[in-house]
Amino acid sequence: MVNGLPRWTELAELTRHRTLTFLRQPEAVFWVFAFPLVLSAVLGFAFQGREPAPSRVGVVGEAMEGWVARLEDDARIELVRFATREEADRRLAGGHVDALVLSMDPPELRLDPVRAEAELARLRVLVAVGEVEHEALSIEEVTEHGARYVDFLFPGLLGMSLMGTGLWSIGFAVADMRQRKVLKRLLVTPMRRASYLASFLCSRLLFLAAELALLTAFGVWMLGVPLRTSLFTFTVVAAFGAVAFSAVGLLVASRARTIEGVSGLLNLVMVPMWLGSGVFFSYERFPESVHPLLRALPLTALNDALRAGMIDGASFLQVVPELAVIAAWTVVPFFLALKIFRWT
Amino acid sequence: MLDIDASRLAVRATGLVKRFGSLTAVDGLDLQLARGTCLALLGPNGAGKTTTIEMLEGLVRPDAGEIEILGRSWRSDPEGIRERIGVQLQETRLQEKVTVLETLTLFRSFYREGRDLREVLEVVGLAEKRDARVETLSGGQHQRLSLACALVSRPEILFLDEPTTGLDPQARRRVWEIVEGFKSGGGTVLMTTHYMEEAERLADDVVIVDAGKVIAKGSPAAVIGSLHAESIVELHPRDGTADRLFHGALLSLPGVSEVRAEGAAFTLVVTDTQASVAALLAHLSEVGVELESLQTHSPTLEDVFVALTGKHLRDG
Repeated sequence: MVNGLPRWTELAELTRHRTLTFLRQPEAVFWVFAFPLVLSAVLGFAFQGREPAPSRVGVVGEAMEGWVARLEDDARIELVRFATREEADRRLAGGHVDALVLSMDPPELRLDPVRAEAELARLRVLVAVGEVEHEALSIEEVTEHGARYVDFLFPGLLGMSLMGTGLWSIGFAVADMRQRKVLKRLLVTPMRRASYLASFLCSRLLFLAAELALLTAFGVWMLGVPLRTSLFTFTVVAAFGAVAFSAVGLLVASRARTIEGVSGLLNLVMVPMWLGSGVFFSYERFPESVHPLLRALPLTALNDALRAGMIDGASFLQVVPELAVIAAWTVVPFFLALKIFRWT
Repeated sequence: MLDIDASRLAVRATGLVKRFGSLTAVDGLDLQLARGTCLALLGPNGAGKTTTIEMLEGLVRPDAGEIEILGRSWRSDPEGIRERIGVQLQETRLQEKVTVLETLTLFRSFYREGRDLREVLEVVGLAEKRDARVETLSGGQHQRLSLACALVSRPEILFLDEPTTGLDPQARRRVWEIVEGFKSGGGTVLMTTHYMEEAERLADDVVIVDAGKVIAKGSPAAVIGSLHAESIVELHPRDGTADRLFHGALLSLPGVSEVRAEGAAFTLVVTDTQASVAALLAHLSEVGVELESLQTHSPTLEDVFVALTGKHLRDG
């Protein structure tokens, strides 16, 4: 069913049609533009950087030795007093306090070393009682962002949004046209099949400009997420991602006869990537043996490239490997879709 | 239908067969259509009309048989055929959010050559609706837009699959006028329909199909003439007296060539209306049958179909 390369006039007309059909559906526009914005606003504000929480350190009784006063004065330590040793031990075991300091000579610090908070409490207690010399090191506090959770999260949300928009808008549009028998009607014209499929990639690129500008402006200005790479590299990475997910969307929709059928398939494709491609947490938490597999996913490559660019300021050349993965996810699904596409 | 000089043929199909699983939808069908004429495939739902026309349009691949459209075959020159045909499918629902003109502009862009879109809009009577969204069109307007999409390329052949099904009589007549306009410009039309009046009005030739086979073909007059009937008499006896009428008695009346019982009613195919009706009335009073109604009409394609198959066209 492949009948040659796209022709420019029909490609332009098909793209215009796609774009108009989309823009004239307010609900579709909402899901593409407003929904990712709301999502990043909620998550972004929820996970914005905060002052680190103080360590909770327990003491037994009304002990008032000098070191207790020093712990009490330290803003990074919250002192919790217990009436009995049994109660204190129970609270420590339950993780309600991070460490216990017992009045002995010398005082004893009790903690559970597998808890990261316990290690932090140990360090703070030692500093507070003067066991560690501050002055041995000079400490400079940085105010530039990049290490907060929201800095990690935002590029992931951007990638997820590029994926969702591409897959949903195209999957639904194709299934709808198939159900309306419009595809069958197009098939009896001399229209090039490749023009039809390519028009989805083209119109996707048109929406991308608006979507990307809106989301990025929000992330940078409202959430303070850095954008350290060049605007060129950032835009190219996003455009590669958007086009790749359009191609994947075409492939997912290439056979489905109904909207319901295509919805199920889209979820099947997207949910694993939400979890495995480092949107909300780094995929490095998965066993190392599956990392190559995860890195071969389009959303992982896109998220890695977006993060490298925004947070680490990676240059264009440094993201070329990710771009290659994303490009492969454009070319292979596109031609596969063209080959197996169901027109009737 | 006479064999036509090959160079004057717009469509030639021989021995078409299409099976869907164990069902044979089209079973060895032959068609010939001369340029500048209109052929109607007439038959009930499920007769294989749509499958046949979709094979001719290149949408369905036949399991056997040959198709030539304007001297070209689908295998060797599909683009050449698509550039020269206009198609209206059954049940296409065009995109709703775009306007009439945007829809036509899109279809126009698929063809190398075509017509001025304003002219097409005039032809189908949608000039005033050019900026209306497709979703606001009535059923008849949507159907005319669908026809316009088939006409943008100035096609040599128009394929219409049940072009007026579901339309009210006025909308139907407007579609007929558009098709007649296309014909008068020298265009060739191949259509399917299950409305005999549509076939009688538009078609130079009809092909009556049933169960995937051609059961009659020729001009509407010739096909109707094959009944050898002057008129059709429909007889509805009043309740309670119908059992006094017998098939054999009616058939033995002068000029009656065929009798068919449908429930309490009888349909008579007669060759001499005056003699038959006179004899019929005499017979009715003789056996004591009272009439609910008695109607005579000139034979139609519907009557031919019923005579050949025992079924009505619209029974499906």
